[in-house]
Amino acid sequence: MLLIYDGPVEVPSLLAQWYDAERERNYGAMVTFVGTIRDEGGIEALSFDIYRPVLERWFEGWQKKLAEQNALLAMAHSRGDVPVHQSSFACAIFSPKRRVALEMLDAFVEDFKANAPIWKYDVIDGRRLYAADRSTPMEGSGLLSAKE
Amino acid sequence: MVTVEFLGPIGKEPVTLKADSLKEVARQLQQDPDIAKWLPQCAVAVNDTLVKDPDTPLKEGDRVSLLPPVCGG
Repeated sequence: MLLIYDGPVEVPSLLAQWYDAERERNYGAMVTFVGTIRDEGGIEALSFDIYRPVLERWFEGWQKKLAEQNALLAMAHSRGDVPVHQSSFACAIFSPKRRVALEMLDAFVEDFKANAPIWKYDVIDGRRLYAADRSTPMEGSGLLSAKE
Repeated sequence: MVTVEFLGPIGKEPVTLKADSLKEVARQLQQDPDIAKWLPQCAVAVNDTLVKDPDTPLKEGDRVSLLPPVCGG
């Protein structure tokens, strides 16, 4: 399940919804991660662009990988502005036993940071500034920079 | 013709080019300094599938997307 919110992710209701949907299905473990915007660097908010078609393919790859271990994945992310002390990202992995969910959540969030097609901007004095110094080139970058 | 779109912070309108391979797209984009500076850091998708081979052939109507460095969360 992949959800995109315009603005902050509504974390309490979303986590409750994920919990209620899955606990009856005999998963023994639900591990969650929530990312919340910190007040630092004079920002009012962070802002996000998402390229959904490639995000969906990346997410489907992870769903398949988790299904091989009988685990299930849910994720939500914001598009547009998310003010300080609100959340822009939430994910959960459900598995029959805890070990798979704990380990795969770490791997999933690391790959999310490196390869999910999402761009972050600081919002300062109402201006949107690309967070270039915190961004990572995706796998396979530079394909079009080679000279003949 | 193929369409090239520039995602996220690149901030350029899509362009259409005459090209039958990614190599030819690369050759043309390298002529524009505003775009060339992004190329070393951009991943490339053709019709929304990420590709890793510069010899990937292109056909009429294909859509090439440039994906600059990411930072979700």
